[in-house]
Amino acid sequence: MLRTRIIPTLLLRNESLVKTRRFGRFTYVGDPCNTVRIFNELEVDELVFLDITATPEDRAPNLALLTDIANECFMPLGYGGGIRRFEDAKAILRLGFEKIILNSYALENPQFIAQLAEHFGSQAVIVSIDVKRTIFGRNKVYTRAGRLNTSRDPIEWAQEVQSLGAGEILLTSIDREGTWEGFDLELVRSVAQAVNIPVIAHGGAGSVADLGRVVRQAFASAVAIGSMVVFQKRGMGVLINFPDPAEIAKAMESDAAA
Amino acid sequence: MITIVDYGMGNLGSIQNMFKHIEVPAEVTGDAQVLARATKILLPGVGAFDSAMQRINSSGLRAVLDHKALEERIPILGICLGMQLLTRNSEEGSLPGLGWIPAITRRFPQMPGLKVPHMGWNAVTPSQPSELTSGLALDARYYFVHSYFVRVDHAVDSVLKARYGITFDAAIAHENIFGAQFHPEKSHRFGMQLLSNFARL
Repeated sequence: MLRTRIIPTLLLRNESLVKTRRFGRFTYVGDPCNTVRIFNELEVDELVFLDITATPEDRAPNLALLTDIANECFMPLGYGGGIRRFEDAKAILRLGFEKIILNSYALENPQFIAQLAEHFGSQAVIVSIDVKRTIFGRNKVYTRAGRLNTSRDPIEWAQEVQSLGAGEILLTSIDREGTWEGFDLELVRSVAQAVNIPVIAHGGAGSVADLGRVVRQAFASAVAIGSMVVFQKRGMGVLINFPDPAEIAKAMESDAAA
Repeated sequence: MITIVDYGMGNLGSIQNMFKHIEVPAEVTGDAQVLARATKILLPGVGAFDSAMQRINSSGLRAVLDHKALEERIPILGICLGMQLLTRNSEEGSLPGLGWIPAITRRFPQMPGLKVPHMGWNAVTPSQPSELTSGLALDARYYFVHSYFVRVDHAVDSVLKARYGITFDAAIAHENIFGAQFHPEKSHRFGMQLLSNFARL
């Protein structure tokens, strides 16, 4: 049967890779092409790239950089950031990416999800949903790199993107992102149980045990990780790495591996 | 030289990237005259069965492809949907397939807990030895994305099997015709091995 996909999720800021904490506090990680070469050698399951400044700067995707990335990578690739035109999506897929990730523009124009899904198939369309808990304890969907509260309920939005043809949901907890504190299991569970399409949990991974937990206890289909694969340890320097697959496999079975 | 058929459906960029990486010359063409000179053909494909068959039938490439497959009998490898097109027909569409290999394409059954498409990395087990899979690592795994699967008529044409709810043919071979359901171009060294094997045929 299938193994659970563990997806290093890398953040692009201009032409550099960075890591954030709660969508702020950028730490420089390195050059994107050198980094992907390492992930390629580590034979990771899949890679996701998010250009986190494209939308705030009203910028289209950097196709030159994406070309260099695609030339180095022999695993499934997803890209998100600044995709607002059909032609952008088409160009990115032609470079050798197979998944287009929409976020801000999907909320502005939900029919764009349907347009891409009809043309390229649902398997090529991921909708990224960034969620933040308000001071009243309600989960709300944020866009524009976490700057704009849309007041939308994540469960309702997840169901809508599914009905529009999205093939997967990348669900990010802004409050947990970059914290190493573990996933927001309640959030992931509530969305995963409300849709049939795979939910990729993102935000908070701090250990291999966390990966197992979000899959077994919150029904995530796949897991996106950031800090764990770009830092040596919590609070320590940059080191591109990937957890031991045998340890991951054990964590998917039970908590004992922790 | 490997000739990759461009009929408007398929992730040609990644296939070219991998051939470049393993230093195998490859060209992409949608031109019948170029295709007529091909000595080895790769048929990619992502999308729906009928739209792919329609494009092939109306592109002027069909007659050349049939000639290459059945008369010249050069090696042809179909990938993903490209492998399903090699079969007689598919439950996904109503148009006949290329029919170059005795096999059919069917939809994954509805089973509790079984998400369709079958998407992700799965293990494969050899069913028959083949030049396509020689030297493959024991822990070989491949990246799959598909909602329909191929079943060969004769067990001898099945090269690799995979399991997702049911057991299906993940790679097939019948004389000069080869197919891979997974995406070798997205499957690290396991995919490189398979594409190098094809290049060496």
